[in-house]
Formats: sequence, structure tokens, C-alpha cells
Amino acid sequence: MNTSPLNRTEQAQGESPQVTTVSPPAKAQTRRFGNKVRDAGLAYLFLLPALIVFGVFAYYPLYRLFWYATHTQSRFRNKPASYVGLEQLKASLTSNDFISGLTHSGLYMLYTVPLGLLLGVMLAVSTHRRLKGIKIFQTIFSSTVASSVAVASVVFITLVNPEIGYFKNVPWLSLRNPTSALFAVSLSSVWQNLGLTFIVVLAALQTVPDELIEAATLDGYGAIRRFWRITVPLISPALLFLGIVLVVSALQAFAQIEILTGGGPSGATETLLFKIADPRGIRPLGVRASYSLGLFVLTAIVAGAQYSIMSKRVHYGD
Amino acid sequence: MATDPTVSAANKQNRLNQTADQIVDPLVPAPYDNDKAVQPPRSGLRNAVATTTTYLVLTALSVIVLFPIYMLLLRALSSPLKYISAGQPLYPVSIEWDVFNRAFGQASLGRSMGLSFVVTFVIVIAQVLTSVLAAYAFAFLEFPLKKLAFVLVIGTLLLPIEVTLIANVEIIRKLHLLNSVPGLTFPFLVTAIGIFLIRQGFLGIPRDLRDASELDGYGHLRFLFKVAMPMSKAIIGSFIVIAFLGAWNQYVWPRFATDRGAWQTVQVALRTIGSENPGELNLGFAAAIVASLPLLALLIFFQRQIVRGLTAGAVKG
Repeated sequence: MNTSPLNRTEQAQGESPQVTTVSPPAKAQTRRFGNKVRDAGLAYLFLLPALIVFGVFAYYPLYRLFWYATHTQSRFRNKPASYVGLEQLKASLTSNDFISGLTHSGLYMLYTVPLGLLLGVMLAVSTHRRLKGIKIFQTIFSSTVASSVAVASVVFITLVNPEIGYFKNVPWLSLRNPTSALFAVSLSSVWQNLGLTFIVVLAALQTVPDELIEAATLDGYGAIRRFWRITVPLISPALLFLGIVLVVSALQAFAQIEILTGGGPSGATETLLFKIADPRGIRPLGVRASYSLGLFVLTAIVAGAQYSIMSKRVHYGD
Repeated sequence: MATDPTVSAANKQNRLNQTADQIVDPLVPAPYDNDKAVQPPRSGLRNAVATTTTYLVLTALSVIVLFPIYMLLLRALSSPLKYISAGQPLYPVSIEWDVFNRAFGQASLGRSMGLSFVVTFVIVIAQVLTSVLAAYAFAFLEFPLKKLAFVLVIGTLLLPIEVTLIANVEIIRKLHLLNSVPGLTFPFLVTAIGIFLIRQGFLGIPRDLRDASELDGYGHLRFLFKVAMPMSKAIIGSFIVIAFLGAWNQYVWPRFATDRGAWQTVQVALRTIGSENPGELNLGFAAAIVASLPLLALLIFFQRQIVRGLTAGAVKG
């Protein structure tokens, strides 16, 4: 007889009524699967690493953030902290410093998300065709997947650094000007995310059935109308997913700011996370913890959207 | 009547003509499948003009994407001071081929690359192990408080390292793990994304296969290693590749979990390499090239897994 269950399935599928009669309910207690106590024990054993790591490095830190936010720390580490209730949290989250961080993070999103999506779609649409050598272009367009945020930032030093950058004299790319600095930095993120956006949109385009496009052409739809009325609706789940990924990465922008501007000029590129991480150590721990809770709320909103999209898709899939 | 092409197309062709190649991989459509690309019927001169235009557009877009990379190579190879005094041209000036050697020697790029490899391997191996085990518990085992456990796992999506950064730095400091491999890796030994992805793979295994394994006397461990894992090879492979990508590219955590240069991973070291001396600026650019080589190799050899991994959330989860 066959001993591999992989081969056995075919039999099981073919004679499923027989299989169910063969395994008698009386044997339930010696069964290897479905022994309740043993299953539960095994399950907790399997989950133990996850629960420990999440407990120590995700949930306990969240509690600590609340603790720091409700206490003021003395400048000297040996002096005890004193409880101040929600006072510090309230003051921090309404401070100009926090609002400006929020504004910069919002602007960063505004600069990176629509432009990133637009360019990704452009690249993908222009390579989604049968053409000699198209693979070369596809490889070029996905190449920035190999760059990290830090690498992309160093790349952009060669372009926008105020002293040695190739475009140092282009006014709207100037890192010296508070109104253009954040936009110049954001271009490094747009460039770095191009590979990802391109790959995801191209994969989505390949799910659009040719028949639909042909039928639309027969019905007299021009290329532009075909694109907006058929292609865009069909790839919208991918665009939504990318939109969320880009929003999250904008919310978490840090390396590009530290490497390209250090937060300057005069704080014009200090995003929320930059103020939280506070590489120069200007802000008290309690204030940064309060800011972190603000970031937590923003992350929760975005992650909530992400989860609802993910779980919806799972239902479709099965 | 029906002028909506979506409807008419469905009527005309799709409904009855469901061919085998229309049924795609449920996880991700085959990437770069050029045969499926759209080609509107054209002929003669119009065709030639259209093709030429397409190539021109593609070349222009390639130049935009590649220009930053070209500038990085250019600045890495050129002697920094001579390049500037030559007026920052678009070609290299007095090429220094030994820049990579010097980056490894003077800037101890080797040490930070090595540390990055160690940290990345620890994280990837741990994430695969813990994700497979947790995913198995959620997919195949019944236990009390299962729903709560699942909510706790998914809930960590709300708590990325950026949110808990400052508290985690204090925890690592109290555990005396600043500037250590455990300190650099501990918060990342488990990931909700991995558990979620692999659980999805496990849930796709047909019930019959479990029954058959049970009849053959397979216990949970044997079923996990002999059936469930081999059957989820594609998902686990994709997860390994994106876990590597994520771990290698990390910046924020290694930046603040260390305060000594010797413990900087390569991404963090990029910030400072070559920045002290204007004559050595190209060391930093060379280091950035070296730091992206592992991912470039990954992109070349595991393209399919990267595409699957990156699109796993986008095209059916």
C-alpha cells in the first residue's frame, strides 16, 4: 500500500464515503489529531515564541509609552519620575512642535503617494505589451527594489546635496530652502518605491483579461477610455494596497531625513517620527512618548484600513 | 442595448470560453508574462510609428529611473575634489578604482556588512521558524482563547517598531543589550505578517489530505514537516525573500539600538562613511553600492519570489 498521504488523497477523494465509515468514532481517544488537551498544549507551545516576543517588544512597550507620557522624567536619570496625569500628553499633542511634525508628515504623504502611484502605473502600462526587448525595460524599472531607504538617501546626496549635488542650483529642489527641502527629500522616497509600485501594478495588469480590452475596442472605446473604464477599476485593489503601503512608509520616513537634511533647514523637514526619534536629544522622554502615542493612533487608522482590505480579499479568494 | 463593454465582453467571450490559461495561480498572477500583454491590431506605417514612439518613451523613462544610479557610480569612482573642481560633469573625473578597497579598509565596511549579514540571517531564520509554528497552531489546532491569541498577533500590526521605538530602546538598555546582536534582533524574531501569510498557505491545504495523513498515522509534527510545509513551499519561499529584504534594509531600529560605531549595521554606517573628510566623500558612495549588492543578487536569482512576496497583499491574500 501507499504510505504517502499525498498520494492517498486521490483515493480519499474518490471514495470519500468509504473513508468516513472506515474511521470509527470509538477510536477517537487514540487519534493523533483532535485530542483536545494535547492539541491545546501543542498550540500554546507553538505560539509561545510569538507571544513572548510580542509581549515584551510590542505590548509592554505600548504600556511603557503610556507610563512615560503620564510622567515627567528628570534630566538626571537617577532621580525618580513624577506622575502628572494626562497633562503632559495633552500639552504635547496640542503643541506647535507636534502640529508641525504632523504637517510635515502629511506633506510628505502628499508629495510621495500620488506621484509614486502615477509613476508606477505609467511605468507598468508602458511595459505591459509584447515588444522586443521589453524584459530589459521591466528589469530596469524594477531595479530600485534593490535599494534601501538609506541607500536611496545616499543616492540622492549626489543629486540634491546643497554643496555637491548635481541639481544644487535648481531652486525647487533646494535643501537650503524651507519650502522646497521636504519636497526634494520626498523625491528620494518616490524613486526608491518605484520598483515596488511598478512590480505590483504590472502583476495586476496581467490579471486584466485580454477579452475585455478587445471587446471594449470593438465597442468603439478609445485607449484612454479603455484605460479609465476597464483597466483602472480592475487593478484598483492593487492600487489601494499600494496606496496604503506608501502612506505607511511616508508616516515612517526617517532615514532619508536624517541623511539628507538632518531635520533642517530650521526644522522644516522634521517629520513626526524624526521628532520622536529625536537624534539630537532635544525633547524630554515624556513628550516623545506622547508623540509616539499620536503616531500610534495614526498607524491604527491606516492598519485598520489595511486589515479590512486584506480580510475582504481572503473571503473573495476562498 | 448593453453598451458597457464590461458586460458585453462577459457575454460575448468570457462566460462560455473559460480556457485553462485564464485560471491563474490563486496567489499571484505570473509576473512578466508577456504573452498576456495587450497588443491592439495595427498595421504598416502606423505600426512602425507606434513602435518607435513606445521605444522612445520607454528609453526616456529608463533614463529617469537610472540617472540617480549612474550619478552614484560616477561619484563613487571619481576623485571627489577633482570632480568638483572640474565643475561636476556627467562623466567620471580621475577615476579611483581602489575606492572599494579603501571603503573596506579605512571605513571598516567589512565589519558592518558582516554584522548586517549576521543580524539578517538571525532574523530571517527566527521569523520563518516562529511563523510556521504559530501559523500551524492557528490553521490546524483548536485551543482555548484561539480568537484572542489571533487578535493579539494581528494587533501587533498597529505597533510597528517606529511607534514603540523609544520604549523599546529603554527596554534594551535595561536588559544591557545595547550594541549587541540580541539587541539588534530580539524585537524582530516574530512577525505578524509571516504568521498571517503562512497561515493562509496552510488553510489552502485540502481537508482530505489531513484525513489521509491521519489515517496513515501521521502526528502533528510529521504532518507539519512532511505535508504542510512542502505544500506551502511557494508561500514560505516568498516570505523568506521579503523577510530578508526587510531585515537587510532596516534603519530606524539598528540606528537607536546602538550607540557605538563598531555596532552599526551597514545601512546605519552609510550615514557617516566618508562624511568627515571632503576628499573621501566617494567612500560613502562606494559603500552604498556595496550595501545594495546582496539585494541585487536576490533580485536576479529570486525575481519570482520577490514579485510573489511583494504582491502577496495586493492580488488576493
